Amino acid sequence: MTSPGSRDCWIPTLQLAMQEVFELMLASPLELATEPPPEEGLDITSMVGLAGQLCGILSVRCSAKSAAQMASRMLGVDPEKAGPEMWDAVGEICNMVAGNFKNKINGLGDGCMLSVPTVITGADYNVHSMVNDNLQTAFLFQGEPVLVSLEIHN
Amino acid sequence: MDNIRALIVDDSSVMRKIVERSLRQAGLGIAQVLEAGNGAEALAAVQEHKVDLILCDINMPVMDGLEFVQQLAGVENAKGVPVVMITTEGSEGHVVQALSAGARGYIRKPFTSDQVKEHVLPVLADKQ
Repeated sequence: MTSPGSRDCWIPTLQLAMQEVFELMLASPLELATEPPPEEGLDITSMVGLAGQLCGILSVRCSAKSAAQMASRMLGVDPEKAGPEMWDAVGEICNMVAGNFKNKINGLGDGCMLSVPTVITGADYNVHSMVNDNLQTAFLFQGEPVLVSLEIHN
Repeated sequence: MDNIRALIVDDSSVMRKIVERSLRQAGLGIAQVLEAGNGAEALAAVQEHKVDLILCDINMPVMDGLEFVQQLAGVENAKGVPVVMITTEGSEGHVVQALSAGARGYIRKPFTSDQVKEHVLPVLADKQ
C-alpha cells in the first residue's frame, strides 16, 4: 500500500494498476514504452473522474485499432467484430485502472469516489481543468501505444 | 448445484459478458444467465423471474448496486437469493457497506475466473 503523501511513488503504482488490469482481464502483458509515443492516431479517450481526498481525472488513450484489440481480448471475439463494444471495453479498462490505483493508495479506497466512465472518440478536442499535477505513463499493447494519465486537481 | 439461473447486473455490456464467461468457466452449473444494466432493471427482472444467484456492480446509473441490494430485501420473489458484489470499489469501507446492505460476497475488479469461483461457490453451497 502506497502512502498518500508520497506522490513520487504514484507513477509506479499507476503503472502496476494498469498492468494488473491488462494481465487479469485481457490475459495480455502490457510493456512500458521506452520513449513517449507520438500522440497522432490516439483517437479514443476514456475518462473516469475522481472526487474526495483525491480530485482529478484518470484517462486512457489509444487508437481505434488498439481499442478493438482490447475488446477482442476481453470478449473473445475477432477485433473486426468488436464494433461499438470497443468503447465500452476501453471505458471499463479505465474504470478498473482508476479503482485499482486508488485501492493501492493508503486512505484513498474509502476517501475517493469514482464516476462512471466517459469515452470520447476523435482527437481534436481540448480539456480545460484546474490541474495541479499530471502523472502520465506510456505503454505498448500489442505494439501499439496506450497512454494513461492522472490529472490531479488537489 | 445444477441448473442455476444467474442475474448479472452491470452497466457495461462487456463486463456482463466477462462475468458470464467467468461463471461458466468456473463450472458452477450455470444453466441460464439474465442481464440487467442497473439496479432498477435488476429489481424488475427478479420480480418477473426466479433467480438463484445475483452478481452486481456498485457504480451504476439510475440505481446503484448498494441501493439495489437494500431494495431486494423487500422483494418476495427474491428472498434468500444471494448477491455477490463485483466492483472496482474495493476498499474495506465499501465491503462493509455492501455486506451490511445484504450482499453475501465481494469480488474486486480486476478479477480472474478462479476468484469468481472462490467467492461464488461457498455462497451457492450455503443457499442449498
